[in-house]
Amino acid sequence: MTFLFFFIFAGFALAGAAGVVVLRNPFYCVLSLVVHLISLALLFLLLEAQFVAVAQIVVYAGAVMVLYVFVVAYVGGGDKPDQLWSASWRQKALAIGFATLIFIELAIAILGTALSSLGTEGAKLSATYGTPAQIGELLLTDFLLAFELASMLLLVAAIGAVALAGRRGGIAEDEGNLSPRHGAVDTPSPAATGSMAEGVSGYGVTTPLPEPQFEGRELEQPVRAAAEDDR
Amino acid sequence: MSINWYLLVSAIIFSLGAAGVTIRRNPLVILLCLELMLNAGNLALIGFSRMWGDGAGEIFAIVVMVIAACEVAIGLGIIVALYRRRLPVDVDELKDLHG
Repeated sequence: MTFLFFFIFAGFALAGAAGVVVLRNPFYCVLSLVVHLISLALLFLLLEAQFVAVAQIVVYAGAVMVLYVFVVAYVGGGDKPDQLWSASWRQKALAIGFATLIFIELAIAILGTALSSLGTEGAKLSATYGTPAQIGELLLTDFLLAFELASMLLLVAAIGAVALAGRRGGIAEDEGNLSPRHGAVDTPSPAATGSMAEGVSGYGVTTPLPEPQFEGRELEQPVRAAAEDDR
Repeated sequence: MSINWYLLVSAIIFSLGAAGVTIRRNPLVILLCLELMLNAGNLALIGFSRMWGDGAGEIFAIVVMVIAACEVAIGLGIIVALYRRRLPVDVDELKDLHG
C-alpha cells in the first residue's frame, strides 16, 4: 500500500517539476509548482514527518506561492511568452547535457552507498517522531543557534524586500506625469469621460455628447517619454 | 520501502530544476526552478532522517524552507524593482548591472 501511494505521489511530483521547466506561461509554471509541492508534502507524510509536511503546505504551497502569483500577475508573462523554445539550440543542448551529467553523478552516488543492504524499513521510530513536540524540543535545545540565525535571516530578508520593491519618493515621482489624484476636486477630468459628477448631473443623457478629442496624440506617449527621460 | 526510491525521485527533481535554471530566460521561472532544487534537497533530508530515526534531518529541512522563503522575498523584490524601472524582465538582456 505504501508502495502504491509512493508511486502515485512521486508521479505527481515529477509531473509538476517537469511542468515548471517546460510550460511557457509563467502563471502555469506557478500552478504546476503548487502541484509539485503538495505531492512532496504527501511524500513527507509517507516518511512520517507530519510537522514538515504541514509546514510545507502552509508555508510553501500557501504563502510563498501566493507571493509568486501576485508578482506574476503584476509583472505579467512578458511580451515573449515562449522563452524556453526561443533559446538557442546550443544553449538547450548544453543545459540538458549538464542536467544529465548531474543526474548520472547523483545516481552513481545513490547506488554506490549500499544503502539498500541496510534493510528497507529504516530505524525503529519513537512515538513522538515527526510531531511538533519533537521538532519544538529540538529547535529549542540542540538547534537553538540555527533557530535564532534563521529568524534573523528572515528579518533581514523582509527588510531587504521592502527596500528593494518599495516605492521611493511617492507615486507622483515614480509614475511620471500621471496625476496622482485625478478627481473632481483637484484636477477636473476632461468632459465626457464618464465621471461620477457627470453621471449625477445627467451629462450625456439630457445633453448631447461632444465629439471625442484626442489632440493628435496617444494617451500612453507622455508616460513613455517621461520614462525614457528618467533613464 | 527502500530509501533509494526517495533518493532517486530527489535526484530526478534536482536535475530537472538544474536544467530549468540553465534553459529558461524569465527570472521568475528561474526562481521557480531554484525552488525545485531546494525541494529535492528537502526530500533527501527527510528521507535520511526517516532512515536514521532521528529528528535532525527535519530541522535541516525546516531551515532550508526558511532560506527558500528569504530567497523568494529578495528575488521577487528584485524582479519587481526591475519592472518598476522598466528594464526588460529577461536575464539575457540584463547584461550590465551598473546603476
